[in-house]
Amino acid sequence: MNTRTLAAGAILQRKPAEVGRWRRIARGAALPLAVLVVWSAAFRLGVAKTEFLASPEQVWNTALRLIGNGYLLDSLSASLRRDLIGFVIGATLGLGAGALLGFSRLAEKLFGPSFHTVKQVSLLAWIPLISLWFGLGDPAKVAFLSLAAFFPMVLNTFEGIRSVPRELFEVARVFEFSRWQLIRRVVLPSALPSILTGVQLALMYSWVATLGAEYLLTSGRGIGNLMVDGREHFWMDQVILGVIVVGVVGYVLNVSAIVAEKRLLRWRGTTTARFS
Amino acid sequence: MPTASPWQRWRRDESGVDMGTVLIAQAAEALDSTPPLTLGAAWRARLLATAGALRDLALAWPFPLLVFAVWWLAAHNGWVAEQILPAPGVVADTFNDLWQTGDIAANLQISLLRVVYGFAIGVGIGLVLGVAMGLSPTLKDYLYPSFNTFAQVPSLGWLPLLMMLVGIGEALKIILITKAVLVPVAISTYQGIRSVPTRFIEVARVYQLTRGQLLRRVVFPAAFPQIWTGIRFGMTKAWLALVAVELLASSEGLGFMLVYGRQLFQLDVVMAAVVVVGAVGFALDKGLALIELRLLRWRRASF
Repeated sequence: MNTRTLAAGAILQRKPAEVGRWRRIARGAALPLAVLVVWSAAFRLGVAKTEFLASPEQVWNTALRLIGNGYLLDSLSASLRRDLIGFVIGATLGLGAGALLGFSRLAEKLFGPSFHTVKQVSLLAWIPLISLWFGLGDPAKVAFLSLAAFFPMVLNTFEGIRSVPRELFEVARVFEFSRWQLIRRVVLPSALPSILTGVQLALMYSWVATLGAEYLLTSGRGIGNLMVDGREHFWMDQVILGVIVVGVVGYVLNVSAIVAEKRLLRWRGTTTARFS
Repeated sequence: MPTASPWQRWRRDESGVDMGTVLIAQAAEALDSTPPLTLGAAWRARLLATAGALRDLALAWPFPLLVFAVWWLAAHNGWVAEQILPAPGVVADTFNDLWQTGDIAANLQISLLRVVYGFAIGVGIGLVLGVAMGLSPTLKDYLYPSFNTFAQVPSLGWLPLLMMLVGIGEALKIILITKAVLVPVAISTYQGIRSVPTRFIEVARVYQLTRGQLLRRVVFPAAFPQIWTGIRFGMTKAWLALVAVELLASSEGLGFMLVYGRQLFQLDVVMAAVVVVGAVGFALDKGLALIELRLLRWRRASF
């Protein structure tokens, strides 16, 4: 952590803010541990109703049981497969549409306003329409997930292409690049950060949409179904397990998007350092 | 001047003439030959701008009109069943009916009230959390990891658990919306305060401002734009969360209209509700954008 970002807080506290790494980790773990202890103690001391609420031990046992009989992994892989198919379709279409709007001013004027209008509709509101058109099975879910990934991808691709610096075009003109070279060597590299932001957002949106689709289009397996099922049967341990899995998957998707972005954009650090 | 598309910038010169030289020559020529900008010229410029805006407006219509035409033809000629795609006229009639009977107004009021409560509570908690973590590194060490974990799980993920804990009453809706709002508000408040430039604080130190003055006159004004971004984003999230919770666990509100229409296979009701959901989401965002323009006016004036 650099001094610049710490300045406001440190000055207000009037003491050095740098604390050892382990100390900070311990501080971060304090609250979750306290919650866990209170939660567990409430059951041991008989404060909480056991038939309705679940204790940490129960959640742990349920996790082991559902991993053991394969139910958890089945649900997870079904959800992830759906998520990734929808993401790939939606992000690809979004990349194409964003590129079209970005490269052609006419296309932007023809389709841009319609796109921005449709985008206003809150995502889940599409589900009733989609379910009437595509049914309750996987096609409907994948269609919905694609829609969720489509919007952020179009926006960020468009933004990325439009914000390519003018100077780069001038350089490309001096070098007499062909159109293909222009795309590959000028437009794509400088639009890439924005496009990757779009990918990251699309991944997050489609994961949330996976849950929404599984709650509302209740057929087949999935993490969403696992949670709805748990709720209907008053199995709180299963629901809590679902919440944890949802969080972990979202976290992993997010981190992998960031890691991929860092790798793909590694060249940027060196170029700016050399030229600025 | 609008930024040209890459193609336009690329095409601008295919002849191989150096555009920089041409531009300078043209500018010199223009300076020599044109009379100073007169009232007539100003009018002409304005007229041209208006013509451009009108042309843009005209270009925005063909595509939706085409969609409408195909939709109308498909319904009119019976290419698709009415349960799958009711005619545009039917949807318009339904919308009109729902409007006249007050169904839309009643459900809209319920939904908006939920959003207002959840939003207000969420902004409040989010600000307190963000300020606390932004000002005190110690508190940040204690709270941030837990907060981050809590925020990792999307609102939709919390929904089933929350339904078990508090039932499907009004509390569920407000808690879920609160959660959806408080996460972006807390994060952007925290980051806004953290990224107040050091030189601002140094100036404050030179002027020997007290702690209260430092907060009121330096830290908050400097962090405000980012905090506001979080609040706006929170509103978007609140509207999303509202629709989600009403779709899943409600017997009134706009989301319920969607579910109800779907269950009865009345696609016209669903479509009318989708239009209202979109319009209100748009209006909420635009409203906050307008407030932002007013609130941040001092910023432009000072530079």
